[in-house]
Amino acid sequence: MSGILIMAEHRQGEVRAVTYELISAANELKQDSGEDITIAVIGNDVDGYIDSLRVEGVDKLIKVKAATDTFQPDIYAAAVNALIEKLQPSLVLIPHTVDGWGYAPTLGASGQYGFTTDVFSIRYESGDLIATRAAYKEKVFIDMDFPGKETVILTVRSGSYKPLEGTSSPEVSEISVADTPAHSEHIRYIEPEATNDVDITQAEFMLSIGRGIDEESNVEVFSELADTVGATLGCSRPIADNGWLPKSRQVGQSGKTVSSCKLYIAMGISGSVQHMAGMKHVENIIAVNTDPEASIFNIAKYGIVTDIFDIADELPNNF
Amino acid sequence: MKILVAIKQVANLDDEFEMREDGKDVDHDYCDYEINEWDDYSLEEALLIKESAGDECEVVVVTVGPDRVEDELRKCLAKGADRGIRVWDDSIEGSDQVVTARIITKVVEKENPDMVFLGVQAADHAFAQTGMTVAAMLDWPHAAVVSALEYKPGASKAVLHRELEGGLEEEISIECPAVLSIQLGINEPRYASLRGIKLAAAKPVDEFSHTDLGLTDSDVGEPGSVSRIRKMYVPERPKAELIEGTPAEQAARLAEIIQEIAGA
Repeated sequence: MSGILIMAEHRQGEVRAVTYELISAANELKQDSGEDITIAVIGNDVDGYIDSLRVEGVDKLIKVKAATDTFQPDIYAAAVNALIEKLQPSLVLIPHTVDGWGYAPTLGASGQYGFTTDVFSIRYESGDLIATRAAYKEKVFIDMDFPGKETVILTVRSGSYKPLEGTSSPEVSEISVADTPAHSEHIRYIEPEATNDVDITQAEFMLSIGRGIDEESNVEVFSELADTVGATLGCSRPIADNGWLPKSRQVGQSGKTVSSCKLYIAMGISGSVQHMAGMKHVENIIAVNTDPEASIFNIAKYGIVTDIFDIADELPNNF
Repeated sequence: MKILVAIKQVANLDDEFEMREDGKDVDHDYCDYEINEWDDYSLEEALLIKESAGDECEVVVVTVGPDRVEDELRKCLAKGADRGIRVWDDSIEGSDQVVTARIITKVVEKENPDMVFLGVQAADHAFAQTGMTVAAMLDWPHAAVVSALEYKPGASKAVLHRELEGGLEEEISIECPAVLSIQLGINEPRYASLRGIKLAAAKPVDEFSHTDLGLTDSDVGEPGSVSRIRKMYVPERPKAELIEGTPAEQAARLAEIIQEIAGA
């Protein structure tokens, strides 16, 4: 078994950024093991994606002909199984994304392959493949291995590797899984509702609230605080799920990425992976939380381990 | 008509904790337990379907775990589930998610439900794996991260939304029976009533070992797993610079930082 297979992810005509991060992960491993890197892209018409996948280190590109362009888990799983049979890779990398969650775990079911999910570091130690993931709200890391498995399938967390700039001239071939029976069918995409609310992706200064605010009646306190200090009010998922703030204010994987933000104050947000996906890039993060071990403090520049209501009381006195 | 909901009891770490002697998990003395948040939503979705069917639909809750896990099953029964099933024995200790899925699959085969719901992921280990692995073992249609569902018990098709990244959703139709992983926010989970809590004590919870379900020793524990925990550790990570002092002093320093950076 040799070689690294990467499953490209695309949606609405675009290759998704995580695909390039997986290519970087494969390149790091290739430096150690010298293994070939193959990228497979699945769809009815994938020619439009091919050029953007000629990235540094990529040796082979495989177009996988399918009945449809949109994601369908039966088709994606059939494609990976066909590719594993053809290429006999030692490692298969799949994005740890909503679509990845939809089919990658089905590949672990046979028991034939090593499998784990949400890894953010992959390396060889004395010939053993080690994948690192986190647990217990990111408070601990776990090194996983896969004894006796010649092929290992991993889903890789978005944002774990930096995309490479260089290009390559991979050999391009094609296989087909067009006759795979599909037990579900794409009907349509539903775009987030247009609102007249502020666009938080444009905000340079955000003050975001999370579970720590306890009750809906407290939203007002922080809304006024945001106004006083000149920040745009944002929130983590539970606040939007409860309907305490509109979905358009939600920062994170299923909400918005605050791409223009330069200063982010997280109040009562412990820092789930999903929330941090939308804000961890911000240069100046200040976290206020009573739990000194909250994972938000691992990405914050400044931390205040104090009740958010005490800070909310005192801060306006300085403005 | 029957809906099977698989739930997990998850561990929360205390502020201070220590590793177990073998270095492969946290010492459980430093954990407290609760039902996985996602599972509240899966159960609620099943209960809503049961109620819309005029109660002609049974909701069975299954879990894999030791004695302490029965608490979570009872809470589900108090909210309105009809029966519980708990699978455990010492050889299941140390299993990975593929083994958990194998066990749930055996229970599904035994119960033959019309739908299987699981949470998208568990709050403690966040593999986002078990549901779709169960689907593959059953060879059933499946969809992950379901944020809206239209389904009538016994129907041969359902229409649902999958919550994608960045606020986008996808509407799909799916053949049933199916295995669905349920996302937060799909509904508003209920609280148990006092009457429900009283009734729950009398509802049946069946207990099985892996052999009761027709699994062998090589199907469970480390032999049945496809991954292994080599070690668990507290990583060296950058830590925020802490702003100390009274709340008034901390707020004053915070105001300075805001003025420096945002120029407010």
